[in-house]
Amino acid sequence: MLNVQFLARYREVLNCESEQLAWQENWQSIDDVRQFLIARGEPWTVLSDPRMMCARNQDVCSLQESLQAGDELAFFPMVTGG
Amino acid sequence: MSIRVQTAPFDPGVELNAVHAGDLGVGAVVTFTGYVRDINQDQAITELFLEHYPGMTEKALLKIRDEAMQRWPLIDAHILHRVGALHLAEPIVFVATSSMHREAAFAACEFIMDYLKTRAPFWKKEQTRAGSHWVDGRDSDTDAAARWHNSEKENR
Repeated sequence: MLNVQFLARYREVLNCESEQLAWQENWQSIDDVRQFLIARGEPWTVLSDPRMMCARNQDVCSLQESLQAGDELAFFPMVTGG
Repeated sequence: MSIRVQTAPFDPGVELNAVHAGDLGVGAVVTFTGYVRDINQDQAITELFLEHYPGMTEKALLKIRDEAMQRWPLIDAHILHRVGALHLAEPIVFVATSSMHREAAFAACEFIMDYLKTRAPFWKKEQTRAGSHWVDGRDSDTDAAARWHNSEKENR
């Protein structure tokens, strides 16, 4: 399984805070999971946002980061704290 | 304090005094306090909401603090950030760095804010009379943080 979190604007657009995805053997990077979600069509295309950020196990990383079953992924817009 | 994330308002003066209290080796404390403005991009703001990613927020702030402590000869560094509903003029964020001399405290405080604004999982939602909207990330913040990546490379 993969625990995927959606935050801020993405959570609202998707009307989804988190989702457990069944692990797929062909997933190698976070981008593979992102493409899987985008392929669902609207409103998941929000994840095509070129300014999207992501995290693996609560650490900011790139879309090319490798992943494994049991990870927690998070997709979120550019951060705006401070 | 070191790292604190809270919904309750705070008094920056009280926080500043706590940073200095009891440490006779501190010669300089630099602080930054960010407040809720009443206007942003020509729109009147009535309230601000701060969302965060609870599992990651403190971890990300601690990582930024640790990096500052490694880069400069600091005595201590503190980050306090609020989440939830914030009213106009209330403080949002407080960063304090202490050192023997001012140079390290000045640079580290700016570094922490630049990294916080580009790496810590907080999102602002502004409330106006016309409704609410998420604040967009700014390229100028990304550029400000990039200065420190470059200086890191130069120091290697």
